[in-house]
Amino acid sequence: MPTQNPPLRLNFSTRWQYAPAPETAKVEIKPSYDLFIGGKFSPSTEGKTFETVNPATEKPLSQVASATHKDVDRAVKSARNAYDKVWSKMPAKERGKYVYRIARMIQERARELSIIESMDGGKAIRESRDVDIPLVAAHFFYYAGWADKLEYAFPGRAPRALGVCGQIIPWNFPLLMAAWKIAPAIACGNTVVLKPAETTPLTSLKLAEIIQDCDLPPGVVNIITGAGDTGAAIVNHPGIDKIAFTGSTDVGKRIMSAIAGTNKKYTLELGGKAANVIFDDATIDQAVEGIINGIFFNQGHVCCAGSRLLVQESIHDKVIAKLQDRMQTLIVGDPLDKNTDIGAINSKMQLEKINGYLSLAGDEGANVWQTDCELPAKGFFCRPTLFLNCAQSHRVVQEEIFGPVLAVQTFRTPEEAVEKANNTPYGLSGGVWTDKGSKIFKITNAMRAGVVWANTYNKFDPTSPFGGYKESGVGREGGLHGLAAYLRVD
Amino acid sequence: MAKRPSTNGKSNGTLAAVKPLRAARLQDDHGDARIPVLKTYKIFVGGKFPRTESGRFYLLKDARNEPIANMCLCSRKDFRDAVVAARPAQAGWAKRAAYNRSQILYRIAEMLEGRRAQFIAELVQCGGDNSSATKEVEQSIDRTLYYAGWADKYQQIFSTVNPVQSSHFNFSMLETTGIVAAIAPEKSGLLGLISVIMPAICGGNSVIALASYSNPLAAVSFAEVLATSDLPGGVVNILTGLRSELCEHMASHMDVNAVIACNGEPAERKLLQQKGAENMKRVIFHDRDWSKDEAQSPYMILQTQETKTTWHPIGV
Repeated sequence: MPTQNPPLRLNFSTRWQYAPAPETAKVEIKPSYDLFIGGKFSPSTEGKTFETVNPATEKPLSQVASATHKDVDRAVKSARNAYDKVWSKMPAKERGKYVYRIARMIQERARELSIIESMDGGKAIRESRDVDIPLVAAHFFYYAGWADKLEYAFPGRAPRALGVCGQIIPWNFPLLMAAWKIAPAIACGNTVVLKPAETTPLTSLKLAEIIQDCDLPPGVVNIITGAGDTGAAIVNHPGIDKIAFTGSTDVGKRIMSAIAGTNKKYTLELGGKAANVIFDDATIDQAVEGIINGIFFNQGHVCCAGSRLLVQESIHDKVIAKLQDRMQTLIVGDPLDKNTDIGAINSKMQLEKINGYLSLAGDEGANVWQTDCELPAKGFFCRPTLFLNCAQSHRVVQEEIFGPVLAVQTFRTPEEAVEKANNTPYGLSGGVWTDKGSKIFKITNAMRAGVVWANTYNKFDPTSPFGGYKESGVGREGGLHGLAAYLRVD
Repeated sequence: MAKRPSTNGKSNGTLAAVKPLRAARLQDDHGDARIPVLKTYKIFVGGKFPRTESGRFYLLKDARNEPIANMCLCSRKDFRDAVVAARPAQAGWAKRAAYNRSQILYRIAEMLEGRRAQFIAELVQCGGDNSSATKEVEQSIDRTLYYAGWADKYQQIFSTVNPVQSSHFNFSMLETTGIVAAIAPEKSGLLGLISVIMPAICGGNSVIALASYSNPLAAVSFAEVLATSDLPGGVVNILTGLRSELCEHMASHMDVNAVIACNGEPAERKLLQQKGAENMKRVIFHDRDWSKDEAQSPYMILQTQETKTTWHPIGV
């Protein structure tokens, strides 16, 4: 019998340890922040505030004003006033110049914004620096140019702005989501009232400062902070013409229902449970990188995350072995360290939710496997996790978890892969890995999802429309298609 | 070529049919004793013409309060059966080549043209005057033709290749939303119905449509046109009955992807959107004058389309 070599393992740490490489640039975070209404910062009418903490250290960063109904009313009135008196009357090309200004100013302060984003939200600095903030600037640049070209986007139509837009955004890409919402809205001639998530308000408030510096007419962009009540007050305010929401499917349904019977337009970008499908003819090493990027990007706090792995049965053992090997090299820790792959879970509440699913997965019959990495003593962290041997009916397969946890299933035929991929109420995104072009198109065409990545995953661009089928939402953001969300076309 | 039927309402074929049911039983136009064969108006589900499973009916009357026909008073179960028929049909229909869908829509226009006189008569029977009925039928034919032409073109107008920064080929194209439940307007029973069905099926959707309560004859006859136009069974299903009874179920059915309501009251709109939110239906309201040219556009097709964006790396 020939002796078998032990399987080769990736090992990056035999001789050289990673030295800490923390981001050192200084940033200014004020001890408290007020509401940005009508171009000025003013406190909440009832003086209420809440604390925003660094999820990696659990230390408070700042006290932020909590907007009441009265504050929402002030913000909406200021937006209406700006719309009626200034913004709707300004020539489109001048409007565009303001949006360009914002884009430039974001680029100039990119480093500062990246650091604050990582401190407030827990995401690895590598991602906020290389992905989030550059995309924020790119979004403003892209939509700035549309301002005076809108009639070319809708053949045979003369599109008009909607009016005042209420925009509610999540905590996973705080400033990027603000850009996705504000840039097209104001470029199309609307004014906005934006509410960032309560755990990640700081970069939106920094954006408010930038907007002040840009001399944008007061009231065109209003940024108010608060929790669910503030969001509900925006949704229900009669002075709002359109609601744009990114967040959970559950809240999205409640919003759609709450504004039923009104003339408010809406776009909803909701949850997902994307299948990342690996065929036996894929280049395995690249696919493994794609799986890693699909689920561990931004701690898995990504609505389009590839949170279900569908592997062709014949290569299951090989893919899982390579995947586990690669996962062992992931560095979980200080978000501000440039070596960190996976930062902090955004909040204690979210960590508890993920932990709930970790125990549920075992109860449902999946094998829960985690890497051996050490976690920092303080802060909210979660080891990269696989749920092996999942069944289609498992809740960890059907429900969005929003963490660095991946449910694994197998399939035999392309038809079975499609059937399983489509078998959830969601339809936001999907991935397919194969070396065969015709197979790519068979699968990407059959997937009922708004964004499909073939031999890649989690790529974003301002020119590329994003949004879901089925219960993943209504409408598109980004690209030419994203303009329709902020215009009256018919 | 067949001669274009007269539109002045004096042709015999037209007049014979406009008589209300009870009067027609007594005497036909020429005073002959021949008893006309009356038509049973049924519903259209899965390419077949069943009666409502409920066994219920309502008596349709004309402007003079004379009975015209017993119409099916469809139940929630009829609607659910129609969804069961529509789902498999939709998958096949969306896979058809756009060219083929275009030809089938054109065929529908041809068949409508051939039965022009019948449709005019049925609209008149439900209370329209002859000239407006004629105009409505002509517009219905033209509208069908309009969307037949769009079937293999809208994709080109509204798809994009997106110039992303990274080295990827990225494009966005339109795909079918799926199953559409549509409530036709009470007035313009034929033109309104056709104006909501055509853009949906042009884009590969299946439709379950509820016909106008007071003006359902032409809708059921339109189903006969569909049944003989090579349209696969189940792609269009037409029910008759009470809007107030069925609209809630149309909006709450979990295997329906979009709901369209024409001229809905505010309370109904609220209900449709609330129920529709349960599975994030696309909820579409129309308050249009369907006789206007603006009531047709490729943007109507877009209302039941989804945008899919695909990324692929460029490399070796």
